Amino acid sequence: MTSPVSRGFHRRRGPAGAEAGKLPPGQHATTDFPVLSAGPTPHVPLTEWTFSIRRGGQALRSWTWPEIQGLPAETVTVDIHCVTRWSKLGTVWRGVPVRTLLDQVGYDAPHVLAFSDGGYTTNLPIGDVSDGRAWLAFDYDGQPLAPEHGGPARLLVPHLYFWKSAKWVRGLELLDRDQPGFWENYGYNNYGDPWREQRYAGD
Amino acid sequence: MALDGNAIGGMLLEIFATDMTSAEATCARCGAVRPVAEELVYLRGPGTVVRCRRCTSVLMVISRVRGLNCVDLSGMEALEVKAASD
Repeated sequence: MTSPVSRGFHRRRGPAGAEAGKLPPGQHATTDFPVLSAGPTPHVPLTEWTFSIRRGGQALRSWTWPEIQGLPAETVTVDIHCVTRWSKLGTVWRGVPVRTLLDQVGYDAPHVLAFSDGGYTTNLPIGDVSDGRAWLAFDYDGQPLAPEHGGPARLLVPHLYFWKSAKWVRGLELLDRDQPGFWENYGYNNYGDPWREQRYAGD
Repeated sequence: MALDGNAIGGMLLEIFATDMTSAEATCARCGAVRPVAEELVYLRGPGTVVRCRRCTSVLMVISRVRGLNCVDLSGMEALEVKAASD
């Protein structure tokens, strides 16, 4: 028979088992995939979709959807960390390394601003997207990326908080001077390293 | 998923210390005038985004940074709040 006496509340300990060492400070693991959006989900037909690398507002190079699909893609398993404090471990994506795209245009700018359908933007140092740790991702968990999660393609930069992984991304603007994006303009950290808990400006 | 402005009535009351859901917002982009209660609200992000129901332009962004509410109203041409009765 179950004792009517409560065993009391227990302080929640840090993550154990498979999660140990994989959760940045202040994060908890989720098995869901929460949908976070700052606006309506755009629906651009793939026949009209392009990805561009621009400089000074001029496209240096644009790729159509078939052209992107024709580039060598990678399947990666990564942990993702949202600034709203959930992390999802072991997510599987497929996409083209951003480095591959940058290498096709040549680049000398220190910063990029990712831009998306719907007007969303986020800024990144060029080194964080040119060193093989960032992808233009179009599959999630073996399926085409769903529109609510950023499909047909989103940026995937898993070593930074997930607002940097712009949904519905349509290109990168090369910048000589850093320029804050949407959430960076509203008090969120310019860089967003989850392991240093860089949630807000000044962290 | 978008909610409507009623979903942030409590948050706006905390910030403005008056009911803001009946306040009339004028979109700076398309000029549409609507009560805040009827605008589109996106809650599930780093912050809260209110958009014009007609043109989806950003009207208001609220981010809570280290316990401080930061409110940006630059997407509105006007925000008319009914004065409390004298």
